[in-house]
Amino acid sequence: MLLLALDTATPAVTVALHDGSAVIAESSDLDARRHGELLLPAVHRTLKEAGTELAAVTEIVVGAGPGPYTGLRVGLVTAATFGSALGVPVHGLCTLDGIAYAAGLAGLDGPFVVATDARRKEVYWARYDDARTRVTEPAVDHPADLAERVAGLPAVGAGALLYPAAFADVPAGMPEYQSAGALASLAAEKLACGEELPPPRPLYLRRPDAKVPANYKVVTPK
Amino acid sequence: MADEPLVLGIETSCDETGVGIVRGHTLLADAVASSVDEHARFGGVVPEVASRAHLEAMVPTIQRALKEAGVAASDLDGIAVTAGPGLAGALLVGVSAAKAYAYALGKPLYGVNHLASHICVDQLEHGPLPEPTMALLVSGGHSSLLLAPDITSDVRPLGSTIDDAAGEAFDKIARVLNLGFPGGPVIDRIAREGDPDAIAFPRGLTGPRDAAYDFSFSGLKTAVARWIEAKRAAGEEVPVADVSASFQEAVVDVLTRKAVRACKDEGVEHLMIGGGVAANSRLRAMAERRCEDAGLTLRVPRPKLCTDNGAMVAALGAEMVARGRSASAWDLSADSSLPVTDPHVPDPNAHTHSHSHSHGHSHDHVHELSRKNLYA
Ligand SMILES: [Zn+2]
Repeated sequence: MLLLALDTATPAVTVALHDGSAVIAESSDLDARRHGELLLPAVHRTLKEAGTELAAVTEIVVGAGPGPYTGLRVGLVTAATFGSALGVPVHGLCTLDGIAYAAGLAGLDGPFVVATDARRKEVYWARYDDARTRVTEPAVDHPADLAERVAGLPAVGAGALLYPAAFADVPAGMPEYQSAGALASLAAEKLACGEELPPPRPLYLRRPDAKVPANYKVVTPK
Repeated sequence: MADEPLVLGIETSCDETGVGIVRGHTLLADAVASSVDEHARFGGVVPEVASRAHLEAMVPTIQRALKEAGVAASDLDGIAVTAGPGLAGALLVGVSAAKAYAYALGKPLYGVNHLASHICVDQLEHGPLPEPTMALLVSGGHSSLLLAPDITSDVRPLGSTIDDAAGEAFDKIARVLNLGFPGGPVIDRIAREGDPDAIAFPRGLTGPRDAAYDFSFSGLKTAVARWIEAKRAAGEEVPVADVSASFQEAVVDVLTRKAVRACKDEGVEHLMIGGGVAANSRLRAMAERRCEDAGLTLRVPRPKLCTDNGAMVAALGAEMVARGRSASAWDLSADSSLPVTDPHVPDPNAHTHSHSHSHGHSHDHVHELSRKNLYA
């Protein structure tokens, strides 16, 4: 198996290759505004580093968010198009699950919270019993509205760091953003267990901002 | 001819997910998925709704185009994509998909200009573009007069709208008349029953001191709205067909008059009209008559090739391949305000082997960002 993982749902543009037993190459850039520019070069670098090429990939997993939409779509459409061109399956995993898995690798036992920056003074978040077990649906909320639901729980992710009033306990050495290596390891583990992974459907969690225009404005001066 | 470049083109600058395939000047497939119905109740294109729809439609539309063309992806000579101008988030879906597809297939990527593509599409209908070609591009997002000595390397803006695009004016008047959205097709239809000379609406920017090639439709829009409101205020019935016909006449009169004048001034013998408003029957008829009177050859593609589509992007991509233009880099950006003077976005680090056309004309003038509605 050669699994390609990518995620553009956080400021990290992150790509990794997993051979079924370990991550064999990984490449990440941090730039919340340049997902579109950075992703393909990162894929290319990762393949080079592993001494292989895209045609050798047998499986793709992509972070399905939640995350700011414009960047999120870069990863999703790239994964879907690769999958179509190569004729290989494409899976989608919740981005927060990848961060939780990375937190586990960094030594955090459950229960804890993962929170990323949803902009507009909100966070994307979910609660975990342990690094592999999410116990709430991913959601988007104002941190102040969460305080009670996350009180006393350690929290990881840039969303937790941004709002210390709501997330008091952010352990040191924990991941801030997504790493495709963690996402790939999580996917490889699930696939090895025979688990069927979900399709790559975007987790937007918000409706598009769109207003039905007010009625036609009269131009004749009163 | 089998040795002409086989190119797949992707267009996502507004609300149509378009994937076209051409071989040289021959159209093989033109697959379009439109999100127009999702925007109708908002009275204009909602960027986030369009971007979400592009993501859903992208892979299925590519597959449909390949099937329609009866070619294998591996036979393609290149992948072209609209790099701009357009809605930033919408463009990014297409650019990302094009990169992934080109990279996976090991094919060169060509990020091309949406406006130049609107011109180049006519090669699929009427054969090679005359050089130079004068182009009038009119849609919900653009109203421009462009002089194209070489569609792959030299496109010069002569004029553009200083306020609304022509298609926007149609949408707005349709709204005042409660005719729904998009407004272009419905006004065209209703106007056929009306008298174009019934009401003398103003012709914007046609005074002797006005910019010869720029357009303005905002004053016309207000004048029409006021005229309708006066009727309503007086308790009279609004003659919808006459208003539609007279409004349409004012738009079309200015567009064709300025386009023909630009041809004469520049000594150009061919006028090309593209963009969604080029589907307007009155525009076509008046352009035909005025071109004939002026001894000009008029080229207008069929309506489906005038609205936004992937075939136009493929057509320009094929011309880039045929003329040996440099491919784009893997870090190609989606550029919502890509200047019309950049027909494509070559890799800045590539060595160009083809002769370069450098004309030193400036990039001011035409940055049309107002892609607020659908009549593309
Ligand atoms: Zn257009």
